[in-house]
Amino acid sequence: MASGVKPRVKVPKKASAGETITIKTLISHKMESGQRKDDDGNVIPRSIINRFTADFNGQNVIDVTLEPAISTNPYFQFDAVVPESGEFKFTWYDDDGSVYETAKKIKVS
Amino acid sequence: MNLKLWIALAAGTLSTAALAQDSNTLVIDGETLVTETAAPAHMENLDTIYSGWRFRSGETQALEVDDFDNPAFVFVDQGLDLWEEVDGSAGKACASCHEGVEDFAGLRAKLPRVQDGKLASMEDLVNSCRTERMGAEPWKWSGGQMTAMTALIGLQSRGMPVEVKIDGEAAPFWEKGKELYYTRVGQLDMSCSNCHENNYGVMIRADHLSQGQINGFPTYRLKNAKLNSVHGRFKGCMKNIRAQPFKEGGEEFKALELYLASRGQGLSVETPSVRN
Amino acid sequence: MELTRRKILAIGSGTLAFASLSGLPAFANLTDDAITSLTGGKELGEGKISLTAPEIAENGNTVPISIDAPGAVSVTLFADGNPVPNVATFKFGPLSASRSASTRIRLASTQNVIAIAQMEDGTFQTASSNVKVTIGGCGG
Repeated sequence: MASGVKPRVKVPKKASAGETITIKTLISHKMESGQRKDDDGNVIPRSIINRFTADFNGQNVIDVTLEPAISTNPYFQFDAVVPESGEFKFTWYDDDGSVYETAKKIKVS
Repeated sequence: MNLKLWIALAAGTLSTAALAQDSNTLVIDGETLVTETAAPAHMENLDTIYSGWRFRSGETQALEVDDFDNPAFVFVDQGLDLWEEVDGSAGKACASCHEGVEDFAGLRAKLPRVQDGKLASMEDLVNSCRTERMGAEPWKWSGGQMTAMTALIGLQSRGMPVEVKIDGEAAPFWEKGKELYYTRVGQLDMSCSNCHENNYGVMIRADHLSQGQINGFPTYRLKNAKLNSVHGRFKGCMKNIRAQPFKEGGEEFKALELYLASRGQGLSVETPSVRN
Repeated sequence: MELTRRKILAIGSGTLAFASLSGLPAFANLTDDAITSLTGGKELGEGKISLTAPEIAENGNTVPISIDAPGAVSVTLFADGNPVPNVATFKFGPLSASRSASTRIRLASTQNVIAIAQMEDGTFQTASSNVKVTIGGCGG
């Protein structure tokens, strides 16, 4: 696992059924592009988060494929509709096989 | 190119960012921060001081307006984890002695300050806690752990006016810092004042020169996508003018930090700010 | 001489010195290939999706980009001046609301950012934006 990886997500605590809500996510990750060289001229191997998914009660909201052109500390903002109360699950997939997850509950009335 | 023209340009680009505020007014979480005020009496050559936020493009400015959009906050979160983390031979964490980090509201605005006859920056205070009370290793001055902690502690003072003490026992340190500010160094033979006092508001190649205010440090820079300490930034400036940088945490940089802080008296603490 | 000239440039220059303004992106072919492999060579419509990017990026390391593609199933972003043109692909699931998203990307130089959306009816839409990346000075 890459060191110091920490996700942050912003989801409203409550919403009404069928309402569009805005979600923001950020994760600390260096997103080493594989294009840089170290002081000795050797290419620093690529090490990025290559996929990010957001699901709500088992249904997908967004599924993003990331390339090395995504900035350090990848940030995403997107919209979701919430039909009922439940839990968002956010998942980031690292090149090294690590998976970072976080979840947020939302109350729908 | 003067400041007004730049602000007009910045306002033009802002329209695409769909912001509820203009490029002159910094509102974070409903609180309006002071980014422009009368220069303190000790500054002979400037009438008005401006936060570095005022010199950035609309897109960069927008990143500081919302605490979620501000990437520095992921490091503030790391700082909170470190706050709770037991380290060292005494088996203590910051939280073992300090009730809450909120108790440090106001500290950032008053640093650096003289303590036991020496000038102390926030990094000194953190490391003295670590070595003397926790029995832990000191953190590197500009390392990730230190900047996460100074961002967390500094955030508690956000919105408060910078108010460092420059008289009494602080006076000799302040004088030394002032002398450094106006001393030309390096192969390019330049002083801080050449850029940040005489030429702020103009473009230095593609970069818009600010007044070099330090009220927002540690700052998240788009350039290196991490938190940058004040001394780390000084080092960068000195390298740019082809000078041999002073040591981070050394007497010179601490004196310069005090003098620069005093040039921002009355601006709001913006920690953690976002810059290019 | 060298130092003097630099110093004059550094201090005296009050002009906007944008580095590369060249019209021809160096990696245009790579980008065309990547787009063709995505669309299978189908025609690209315009006007139904939008891409928001700054005209001038203060630092190419972190450039905010937004896409708004009503009726899209997925949107792929390309940067035609980067060593690898692909930037990201957003696939919208059943619970996505507006087909819009924002992120922050790296641009190696002044270039075009291109969005290609696959629509629900299988057609493709495109939108692009030129972003000037400033290089140099103390912020670069």
